[in-house]
Amino acid sequence: MKSLVAYLVRLLSGLRPRWLGTDPSDCQRVYFANHTSTLDAAVLWASLPASIRERTRPVAARDYWTANALRRWLANEVFRALLIERRKVTYEDNPLRDMLGVLDAGESLIIFPEGGRFPGPEPQTFKGGLFHLAKDRPQVELVPVYLENLNRILPKGEVLPVPLLGSITVGTPIRLESGETKVGFLDRAREAVWSLHLK
Amino acid sequence: MLVGGVVAVLILASVIGWILARRAGSAEYRSTIANLNARTRAWWFMVAIFILAMLSGGIGSVVLFGLTSFLALREFVTMTPTKRGDHGTLLWLFFVITPIQYALVAVNWYGLFSIFIPVYAFLFVPLRSVLSGDCERFLERTATIQWALMVCVYCVSHAPALMTLRIPGFEGQNGKLLFYFVLVVQASDVLQYIWGKMFGKHKIAPTVSPNKTWEGFVGGVVTATFLGAALWWATPFTLWQAAGMSLVITLMGFVGGLVMSAIKRDRGVKDYGTLIQGHGGVMDRIDSLCFSAPVFFHLTRYFFT
Repeated sequence: MKSLVAYLVRLLSGLRPRWLGTDPSDCQRVYFANHTSTLDAAVLWASLPASIRERTRPVAARDYWTANALRRWLANEVFRALLIERRKVTYEDNPLRDMLGVLDAGESLIIFPEGGRFPGPEPQTFKGGLFHLAKDRPQVELVPVYLENLNRILPKGEVLPVPLLGSITVGTPIRLESGETKVGFLDRAREAVWSLHLK
Repeated sequence: MLVGGVVAVLILASVIGWILARRAGSAEYRSTIANLNARTRAWWFMVAIFILAMLSGGIGSVVLFGLTSFLALREFVTMTPTKRGDHGTLLWLFFVITPIQYALVAVNWYGLFSIFIPVYAFLFVPLRSVLSGDCERFLERTATIQWALMVCVYCVSHAPALMTLRIPGFEGQNGKLLFYFVLVVQASDVLQYIWGKMFGKHKIAPTVSPNKTWEGFVGGVVTATFLGAALWWATPFTLWQAAGMSLVITLMGFVGGLVMSAIKRDRGVKDYGTLIQGHGGVMDRIDSLCFSAPVFFHLTRYFFT
């Protein structure tokens, strides 16, 4: 079932990832990408090779993905999304703790550090979560991914996708350098994503 | 016999292309060979269209040209500056208007086929976009969407529509006419390219397409017209009529290529194939066909049916 959904997503979107900075690998990773469309998590997840896909979980907003039965099924049974609270973050419900839990279980993550969907091509300022992941689990590779044109294929608030062309570009992994500040690191991470739009 | 000859030429071209690609030295030479090989592959595809068209009695060519339109439209619209407010319009474009246009070819409803996009889609596109309430660059967006429809769908649909013409004394052989048309268009493209590469000196439109030269244009048009005339026996035309038709096809094809180059230049794109990495450029292969198909269709319809 999962493979079927992944196949359908690839077929309908026509998207093939371009692995420019690194190759698909079983090593533990956090893929971080710009976020413009509901499709983002699905296409990025579907574009990974099956064996890696099995061990990679997209991080997604609980309020959106539990709104109806189809979304719940997709999030829980297909994508195995890690659903996080966007609005009322409490100590028990801390998204960061859940994400570290997934990494400690040996799995990889897909995250969208802008913290929401924005329509423009250039990513917004990143939120702090990526920095904390990098600091607390320094052995994990952080892989920048740029998603192009997906907001035109399926903009926020629309149901049916228009079959335009889009692309997925995977860049060179980055790590937190010693002594690097939070702002400096997040800027560099954002630049690593945005620089891929020219390649 | 026509098919057999073309398949033989294609096998030869593929083998030569394969050998040249293996021996290619400089980067410029490699890209020239890659370009020629891409054209050869497009030819194989067109031979397949013809055989399918013959075997299926026309419906195969409708489906294949319909898919070609769909892919071309996808490339064209990706390149144009549509906005969020056009999303609903674009859904109609891809999933309703394009299929209807080809369905009209399939059921041979000429009256509606010839005005569906110029009249009804023309009125519908701005109507659907205006409902989104976004007025920014409204005329530009509406005009480019209509243009995309006209070029990628309306014009291209005239090629399979050749299958619907009733030409006295030529019944049941329209597949040959379609094949003849595509053959002359593509031969003209390739011959202009080859003549230009071999003898090209004087640029014909330096600001639009620096690769097009007078030598390539004249050499390609003349040789493709000769080829089209030499194949008159496969058409409902006499020798001189076939020459005239081929001349019109090649000239319109040249103009089509030039116009598409201007659009690409305007949008800052080199090839439709490199618009988004990893996708093939359907528009690059059919730009000349877009412009020649409606003219060839109507000339044939007016004078021979």
